[in-house]
Amino acid sequence: MGMETVMLLKDEVQMLRRVPLFSNVEPGKLKLLAFTSDRVSYGVGEALFHQGDIGDAAYVVLAGKADILVDSSTGPVKIAEVETNSIVGEIAILCDVSRTATVQTTTALEALRIRKDHFLKLLTDFPEITIEIMRVLADRLSHTTSELTEARSRARSAD
Amino acid sequence: MEKRLTRYIWTHTRASQLWILLVVAVSMIPYFLSFDLPKQIVNGPIQGQGFEQPGATQTFMDISFSLPWLGEVALFSGFDLTRTQTLFALSMVFLMLVIINGLFKFYINTYKGRLGERLLRRIRFQLVDRILRFPPNQFKRMKGAEVSSMIKDEVEPLGGFTGDAFVQPALLGGQALTALIFILMQNLWLGLVAAVMVGIQAAVIPRMRRRLLVLGRERQITARELAGRVSEIVDGIGTIHAYDTSNYERADIASRLGRIFKIRYDLYQWKFLVKFLNNFLAQLTPFLFYCIGGYLALQGRLDIGQLIAVISAYKDLPGPLKELIDWDQARQDVQVKYTQVVEQFSAETTIDPAVQAIAIRDAGTLPVPLAAVNLSLADDSGAKLLERVSVQINPGETVAIVGGAAGGGDMLAEAFGRLTWPESGKVTAGGHDLLELPESVTGRGISYVSSDAYFFYGSLRDNLLYGLKHAPLKDAEYQGSSAAHRKWEIQEARLAGNPDYDVQADWIDYQAADATEARDLFTPVLSVLDTVQLSKDILDLALRSTISPDDHPGLAEGIVEMRHALRGELEEAGLSSLVVSFEPGAYNTEATVGENLLFGTAIGPALTGKAIGKNAYFRSVVGRSGLDRILFDMGYSIAENAVELFADLPPDHPFFQQLTFMSADDIPDYQLLLQRLKGRGFDAASEDDRSAIIQLSARYIEPRHRFGLLTEELMAKIVEVRGQFYDGMPPELRGAIERYDPEHFSASASLMDNILFGRISHKHTDGSKRIRSVVTSLLNTLGLIERVIDIGLDFNLGAGGRRLTAVQRQKLNLARALVRRSDYYIFNRPLPGLDHRLQDEIVRDVLKLVRRGDRDPAVIWVLSNTSLSHLFDRVLVFDKGFLAEDGTADALVNNNGIFKELVSS
Repeated sequence: MGMETVMLLKDEVQMLRRVPLFSNVEPGKLKLLAFTSDRVSYGVGEALFHQGDIGDAAYVVLAGKADILVDSSTGPVKIAEVETNSIVGEIAILCDVSRTATVQTTTALEALRIRKDHFLKLLTDFPEITIEIMRVLADRLSHTTSELTEARSRARSAD
Repeated sequence: MEKRLTRYIWTHTRASQLWILLVVAVSMIPYFLSFDLPKQIVNGPIQGQGFEQPGATQTFMDISFSLPWLGEVALFSGFDLTRTQTLFALSMVFLMLVIINGLFKFYINTYKGRLGERLLRRIRFQLVDRILRFPPNQFKRMKGAEVSSMIKDEVEPLGGFTGDAFVQPALLGGQALTALIFILMQNLWLGLVAAVMVGIQAAVIPRMRRRLLVLGRERQITARELAGRVSEIVDGIGTIHAYDTSNYERADIASRLGRIFKIRYDLYQWKFLVKFLNNFLAQLTPFLFYCIGGYLALQGRLDIGQLIAVISAYKDLPGPLKELIDWDQARQDVQVKYTQVVEQFSAETTIDPAVQAIAIRDAGTLPVPLAAVNLSLADDSGAKLLERVSVQINPGETVAIVGGAAGGGDMLAEAFGRLTWPESGKVTAGGHDLLELPESVTGRGISYVSSDAYFFYGSLRDNLLYGLKHAPLKDAEYQGSSAAHRKWEIQEARLAGNPDYDVQADWIDYQAADATEARDLFTPVLSVLDTVQLSKDILDLALRSTISPDDHPGLAEGIVEMRHALRGELEEAGLSSLVVSFEPGAYNTEATVGENLLFGTAIGPALTGKAIGKNAYFRSVVGRSGLDRILFDMGYSIAENAVELFADLPPDHPFFQQLTFMSADDIPDYQLLLQRLKGRGFDAASEDDRSAIIQLSARYIEPRHRFGLLTEELMAKIVEVRGQFYDGMPPELRGAIERYDPEHFSASASLMDNILFGRISHKHTDGSKRIRSVVTSLLNTLGLIERVIDIGLDFNLGAGGRRLTAVQRQKLNLARALVRRSDYYIFNRPLPGLDHRLQDEIVRDVLKLVRRGDRDPAVIWVLSNTSLSHLFDRVLVFDKGFLAEDGTADALVNNNGIFKELVSS
């Protein structure tokens, strides 16, 4: 294994800066975040985690794509997609519940794995990240709400 | 057990006591003879009595005595000796008497000692035997440490007393009585005075001792409670730390010790007061003799010769009397201890010994069906936990018990497991009361498991097979001296009323585990471990342990072969980047710089830990190549990076976990160090600063720390220096390091490290998980898995199994029951620590496993997860102590009752 395959800390910091969540965090802190996180890579079709697992980490996707799948009686159903530079898996560690969905890669994927205790510490240390997380969650909620309304009205019209 | 200690001792040692009394009586003859001899020697040959004429002789060893009616009987007429000859002859007799007396004393003491030790063994065994026969509720009020301190310490003095229990009073009483009669014979009145004084002593002293006894009992109880508290502190240490109550515990212990001190001090005061009084009374008698006797003599009413005779006779009285009083004190002391212990070990009901009788061959089968008949259970306070439940569990049936928290279903399971005894009604097996059937039948026919698992100190294997050890099935083979020793063991055990079952025999009932002998036991055991999902944990335990290749012949070679197979396997699965192997001529990026340089495990003190930095040879190799300068510069950058990243963080910040090459406390030191060095480089740095910096480089792993410090050039250099280090190594260092060798097993590394022979890449989060599954399947195909799991089974569980996690303990507890063949399995919420998915899997697998082969046992499972009810033939729903519903899961759902509520909630 040669040098060229090793991603260096300073490159990761550059990538983290492109993640909206961390765009307002100063570079020194981002370097710390990168250092204390694990750099992980996945092949196509591998799962970052499974629905029902105990949530122990959140992931920042640096490169690649993945599907968010939920188990149903007819098998897994895709409900959303994870984009590059987004965060995934934060709900399970924020609410102390088991994973609410499975995340499975559709391309080769590079991510930073932030362990639960580190992530929570990050939120208390950097309010800007907390606000950004709240924005992401609120965004998802409004998205879900509108989908729910849509589904209800569809269900009503079907009656 | 008898209420009185002396009666207990007499019952069990009667013959020995009589024998030793006889021996003591016989031993008195040479003893008294030796008293008279010195006088004879001094008066006769030395002072010349009877040798007045020169050349006079005396008859020696003239053995004759006169008997009534028969007249003079001469056994040996003796022979004549001169004065010098007589001196030597008498001295020889004296020496002989000394030896005979010594031998008698030796025999009597050892005999008494053995007598005492046997009785102690008997008492201790009986006490433990009682514990084994106590009813279950007795244990709610018992503290283990108190009981063990009773058995270990409190009965100990009983052994010492046993030998003296009858001999001492007989001997001393005889001596005192002789002395008293002698005085009486000299002068009746003075004799009576002495007798009255003895009477007063005998009346007053024991009365005063009563307080001593009370104090003695208190001392015993407080000391026992102290033992109980100390063990509570040990057991509850987690709680004490968690709630910051250590000082409360300190206060409690200190106050207890204060009380014990007070009791013991009181005891001393009384003891010496009594002693004082005793001595005083003893000395009062001669005072009366001098005073009254002297007065009478002056008056002329008493012969002076008589008075002197009485006074000199009296000196023989206080000795035995004092010892007799001491003996009585010891007797009362041990009597108190004995009564105390016996009281503690008495229970209203105990299990009949016949119920626990050992059944070596065929124990008989459990009568069926198991049933509760009008069964009511209550707790200690009398609250009803189960009320008038009648239910029958047929053989082969699988029954789920569900209900709310205080439903009572778990109590029914406990009653089936004989852990709780009925308040009224009964539990029957085939119509017989379960509690009256022999345990050899119920304890094998029924397997009970709850979450409350106890494990004994020992290996995992011992605990897993514990439920198979009912009786010594195959005798151990003894030869030569060990056979003689075993014979002695049996004989001695019988003499002390102990059973002589051999603990070295093979107690494992292989048939009950679907095996025929130790060798084919593994397969059934493994299937059980798989069922409870514990085999993976055991495999991990084994893979983490180090083994000596000599203890496991062939395994080391197998592991080395496996290294190559693993390579191929990983390549085939496209996972070759998962492990980076150690190669003698290459740098391993996933290992630390230091490891790459040393390329081996230090096993001797010369190269271990900090010593390596001081080792002259190592330093010379590194210095000659100039590597020390490069590593210094590298370490300097690492220090800069670390300080930059972490300087602002508080020392308890979780991010410090990631900082593997220094601790939070080191940051300020390195900050100072960097300021001191200011980039002036290697030459300006002091010796200590250099090693502090180079240490950082040694722990650096590029893919993990990602500072970008490792160049191809540097890696090549490190490999080169590695070669120089080994090539020029002086012979005395060769034993201090075990070099990584692809073709050899390393005894200092764990099994896993030996298999991998490399480092798992940091790039994959679940790298070690994946590797483990590849390794497991490879061990399987290579046929090594049995041997590796075997190593895992040697793992010592520690006290109470604490070296396992709570979940592992629950799984092992379940496995321990599943290993045995039983007609009824009762699982009382055995796996509360597991998540639902795992519980679900294990319940399904267990139900499948218990039906393996020709088996068709009944299963009663108290479920914490009601949704699994449909896996069972029948469901019993308990509510508030009553059996509320009984039927199939489907029928009960349609019933619209409690069950439906439980399932839907």
